[in-house]
Amino acid sequence: MSGFAERGRRRTPQAVRQVTPGPDPTSAAELDAVAPDATEAVLLDADVTQPSRKRKRRSVWYWLAYVVLVPFAILFVAPFAWLISASFQNIGDIFSWPPHWIPQHPSTSGYQKFLGIGPLKGDDSPQAWRWFLNSAFVACSVTVLQLFFNSLAAYVFAKREFPGKNVIFLLFLATMMIPGQITLIPNYLVIKHIPLFGGNDILGQGGSGWLDSYWGLIMPGVVSAFGIFLLRQYMVSIPDELLDAARIDGANEFSIYFRVVLPLCGPALAATGIFTFQGAWEDFFWPLIIVSSPDHYTAPLGLALFVVEKRTQWDVLFSGSVIATLPMIIVFIIFQRRFIQGISVSGLKG
Amino acid sequence: MTTYPSSARTFRAEDRGTPPTRRRNVFWRMRRSWSAYAFLSVPLLLFSVFTLFALVFAFYLTFHEYNALEPDTPFVGLRNYSDMVHDQAFRGSIVNTFYFTAVSVPLTMVVGLLVALLLNLPLRGRGLLRTLYFLPVVTPFVVVAILWKWLYNGDFGLFNYYLIKTNVIDKPLLFLADQHLAMPAVILMSIWSGVGFSMVVYLAALQAIPEDLYEAARVDGANGLSRLLHITVPMLRPTTLFLAVIGIIGAFQVFTQIFVMTSGGPAEKTTTVVYFIYLAAFKFYEFGYASTLSFGLLAILLVFTVIQLRIYRKGDA
Repeated sequence: MSGFAERGRRRTPQAVRQVTPGPDPTSAAELDAVAPDATEAVLLDADVTQPSRKRKRRSVWYWLAYVVLVPFAILFVAPFAWLISASFQNIGDIFSWPPHWIPQHPSTSGYQKFLGIGPLKGDDSPQAWRWFLNSAFVACSVTVLQLFFNSLAAYVFAKREFPGKNVIFLLFLATMMIPGQITLIPNYLVIKHIPLFGGNDILGQGGSGWLDSYWGLIMPGVVSAFGIFLLRQYMVSIPDELLDAARIDGANEFSIYFRVVLPLCGPALAATGIFTFQGAWEDFFWPLIIVSSPDHYTAPLGLALFVVEKRTQWDVLFSGSVIATLPMIIVFIIFQRRFIQGISVSGLKG
Repeated sequence: MTTYPSSARTFRAEDRGTPPTRRRNVFWRMRRSWSAYAFLSVPLLLFSVFTLFALVFAFYLTFHEYNALEPDTPFVGLRNYSDMVHDQAFRGSIVNTFYFTAVSVPLTMVVGLLVALLLNLPLRGRGLLRTLYFLPVVTPFVVVAILWKWLYNGDFGLFNYYLIKTNVIDKPLLFLADQHLAMPAVILMSIWSGVGFSMVVYLAALQAIPEDLYEAARVDGANGLSRLLHITVPMLRPTTLFLAVIGIIGAFQVFTQIFVMTSGGPAEKTTTVVYFIYLAAFKFYEFGYASTLSFGLLAILLVFTVIQLRIYRKGDA
């Protein structure tokens, strides 16, 4: 196997040279004529995972890849660059023509307005940093609770045998693909009629229940069928001998789960945890529906309502957007590898 | 029903020691079941309330006129369903959603594939490039929508500035207020934010293609194009199916961009199905009718997924 790869690697430079002979294409027609060779280079190089240091001459197609990728990447990043630049401009410079990529009069007025130098809408409305605390609290709670309860359920489905297990597991699986819009309205009503909360009586009447509260933001997100499924798939591969050994040593079921299985699920937990956090942090639809007072706005909700209602304060908006993005970027940079692995393994974001 | 042989082996350690009698088995089963049920209790409770009950209740709502502002919720039989079938505005939102899906999903996948093919080359700095292409995926969607709303701004937006500067247009375009431009503008933004995801999925799939296949094809004299068409593309088929299914499901539920950027306008040209459901439920409080619409959405999604799986299986045979 490794011999194959080795041979392939050695052959590659030759092959590249073979397929890129002849004069440089000068006209568009000629370029079209040799275009298939581009794929040749893609494929030949595709099976070399490490660039060979010995190769001095790179093929034309190697550089052409840069010619395509780099400008395209710049176009991709330009909106971010603009966002960051604009967040440091005062409102007058943002509304200037032509636009300035480098702030003319660098200012942090947007950030200052955002981070609590005065309320946003009126005297009684809370400061915007509150949105971020709300988001952080909700996203962290959902992530921790979901990791705990998902893994608990996943452990039971993967490693335990009990009457009714298959039926329950199939129920979880069957609901995985159902779009969230269907459960949205009933859940709104359920949240509204939670007994004994928000002024409700024991029958769930009369008050607002968990509407407009942290409970309502967090509880519906605590269990995810998809997360349970992913973790279960991972736990199935943990050898039963380990569990048996712990059992013989007298460990109870909870410590088998907590001390034996959970530590072995690190990668799976990290992947699902990151996605859960990301999903909870940027969730918009659910907060939009159940939250009504600015006290409980999450960051996306606050920003979106701000842009829809107050159309002019773009300096505040841009600063807020940067602040709302930072936690995601930080999480991404720290867990970059896990992030990518998670996507390729589970193939799902959020 | 599915069986789980690995879980059944859990008992092996005990079984080896003492030959299991029936009584002992039942005893152990009950003991174990007790803790298993305890583990499952909270997840199962939440799942039952927020998913199972919600599903049943949503179905119940579709047969009732359930307006949140009215105390009476009379049973109306299939009237909501017949209303849905004859609702011109809903039909319009389906057309808009189809438009959005038909353009954004294939383009996102194709661009993602091309970027993945190029970034699979052993380029120096490809890690950085991959990160750059992936950045929009980790950015909160609301932020993306706000940012692009500004880029499309009719007076000060960057799009207008550069299009005028390069003499493509001579007057600023009101992208999000123009009936013909609003949806393409939303689509372009959605592609931008989705390319990184399909790129990463394709990259992972590309790296999983065994090198021997290319080696063998090369020995047989296949050129680069035919290797791309006959090895790479077929080997990526499961990934493509996966991205198509996920992409279509996601595109049919497009909401945030619409809410932030266009509010469904102009002239309802960007009112998508989910935005329409949102309006019905939380602007007009017609919970019964909105539930019916969401079941309509589910039906469309099911049909699409089944068709895709069919096409996929046919291609296999």
